[in-house]
Amino acid sequence: MKPLFPILSVLTAIFLAYALYLALGKATPTDALQGDVYRIIYYHVPSAWTAFLLFSINFVASVQYLARAKKSREAAAKWIVIGVGVVGIIACFLPQVQKALTSFGMRPSAMATTVIMIPAFYFLVGWLFPGDRMDILAVTTAEVGVVFCTIVLVTGPIWARPVWGIWWAPGDIRLTSTLVLWLIYVSYLVLRRFSSSAQTQMLAAALAVFGALDVPLVYFSIWFFRTQHPQPVIGGGGSMDPRMLHVLLISWMAFLCFAFLVCWSRFRLEVLQREVEQAHAMESLVGAGAASKASLPLGRSSQ
Amino acid sequence: MNSLWALTLATLVKDIRLEWRSKDALNAMLFFSLQVVVIFVFSFDPLAEESRHIVGGLVWIAFLFAAVVALNQTWARELRNQVLDAYRVSPAPANALFLAKALGNFLFVVVLQALMVPLFVVFYNLRALGPAWQLIPITLLGTWALVVNGTFFAAMSLRTRSREIMLPLLLFPISIPAVIAMVAGTTAVLTGENSAHFYIVLLLTYDVVFTTACLALFETILNAE
Amino acid sequence: MNAIKFLFAAYIATWVIHAVYLGTLVRRFSRLRQQLKELGKGK
Repeated sequence: MKPLFPILSVLTAIFLAYALYLALGKATPTDALQGDVYRIIYYHVPSAWTAFLLFSINFVASVQYLARAKKSREAAAKWIVIGVGVVGIIACFLPQVQKALTSFGMRPSAMATTVIMIPAFYFLVGWLFPGDRMDILAVTTAEVGVVFCTIVLVTGPIWARPVWGIWWAPGDIRLTSTLVLWLIYVSYLVLRRFSSSAQTQMLAAALAVFGALDVPLVYFSIWFFRTQHPQPVIGGGGSMDPRMLHVLLISWMAFLCFAFLVCWSRFRLEVLQREVEQAHAMESLVGAGAASKASLPLGRSSQ
Repeated sequence: MNSLWALTLATLVKDIRLEWRSKDALNAMLFFSLQVVVIFVFSFDPLAEESRHIVGGLVWIAFLFAAVVALNQTWARELRNQVLDAYRVSPAPANALFLAKALGNFLFVVVLQALMVPLFVVFYNLRALGPAWQLIPITLLGTWALVVNGTFFAAMSLRTRSREIMLPLLLFPISIPAVIAMVAGTTAVLTGENSAHFYIVLLLTYDVVFTTACLALFETILNAE
Repeated sequence: MNAIKFLFAAYIATWVIHAVYLGTLVRRFSRLRQQLKELGKGK
């Protein structure tokens, strides 16, 4: 394990440099409308996708952590997840659903593959992170997710200013939803830091579930608000030049590798922290015993 | 099921009776609400043309402050007399306690709103240009949205440092869709420019989703101390 | 020309944020290793 980390770090650094070279170089054309400023997209969008992925992992980890508290709950959660997968796959091939999917431009088989990922992901995470490690995964992904989300919220307005002339549009559904997501997870981290209770982890997991339930509602509320209030036209829709998409995906892969390494470091840090805390606790227990023993003269038994 | 409601009602009646006898929280909240209204009147000119568009937001900010002040003392009485520990040990369903607290807070905030609304109407010369009856479901559903999550997060914040700041910190991000719906819905009714129908449906969905979530997870939270 | 400034600002901001976070991780690591060393000495 030990030598692996520096090797991966170097490889990731090279990968990121390559992605940067592609992003700024001749490999991608200059945008007709925006000029070269559009290249912010190669950092903005991958950061967003990475943040959302990390928050999704946090959600799965939180659900599993809550489910594991009780044996019956754990079994129920497993069956629900399997049920979601089975029902989802069957539903993808029902005629009405097929029609709806194709009208959105999606193929039913692709949707079914995505749906099967949900239980697969759930069980994979459950297998890889037993016991307390599930909670460490939760705090790791939340923290690193907030870092990437901050980058999205910083690069977003920096991009908006030259393109739209304003830093922020209240009805911009993507940025505003991301802002709310950021707020929810910052409050999650604050709860973790300020809570001294032995069951902080359980409370935080419950908060993560609330946050996940909230996200679609946030999206809909802003979406409807936007339809009633005219907003600046955002050049987000429409198809992308294939070369741009190609570089965007490469950039995302590079950032995913980077995010993986950061999460790994944070994970090891948390494991180390808990070891130190345990060692402290053990010392105060053992230390007290040793002290009382040492105070007795040799040869005398303790009465 | 019967015992759940009986227990909820009993706890609720106890809380109301205790509050009625002391009236300390009620008086503090009333005066606080009046102050908030007055500050808004001085900050945002009631006679300006745009005031009709922003009053929806102002009213709900005032309600939000009042609700947070009410929510912060939800569990204070229980902590003082170790009632929570007694409740944990008893076979009573935890949800009865939660519902009683949530309903108590709801009634409390609605009373405050009933007292603040005439003040707003007077100071801002309010007149609904849209269907005024829609304000009732918006208010009731919106208040429940704030109160149900607020009671839950108040329980979560019990053993945290800086408990009073923890509650709004947790509550506000989660409540954003409800607040958008409340404010936009109220504005829609007051200005008559668009329909509040979608917002009422959104509030209803929000309430159903989060009431279910709170009831499902409250026992975990209660025992997590 | 002005627009390019924003491009570089965005890229630099991204790496500054990452650097700050990684810096906090390094600091926490060293603090923990220090504590472990003290604990080891104490025993």
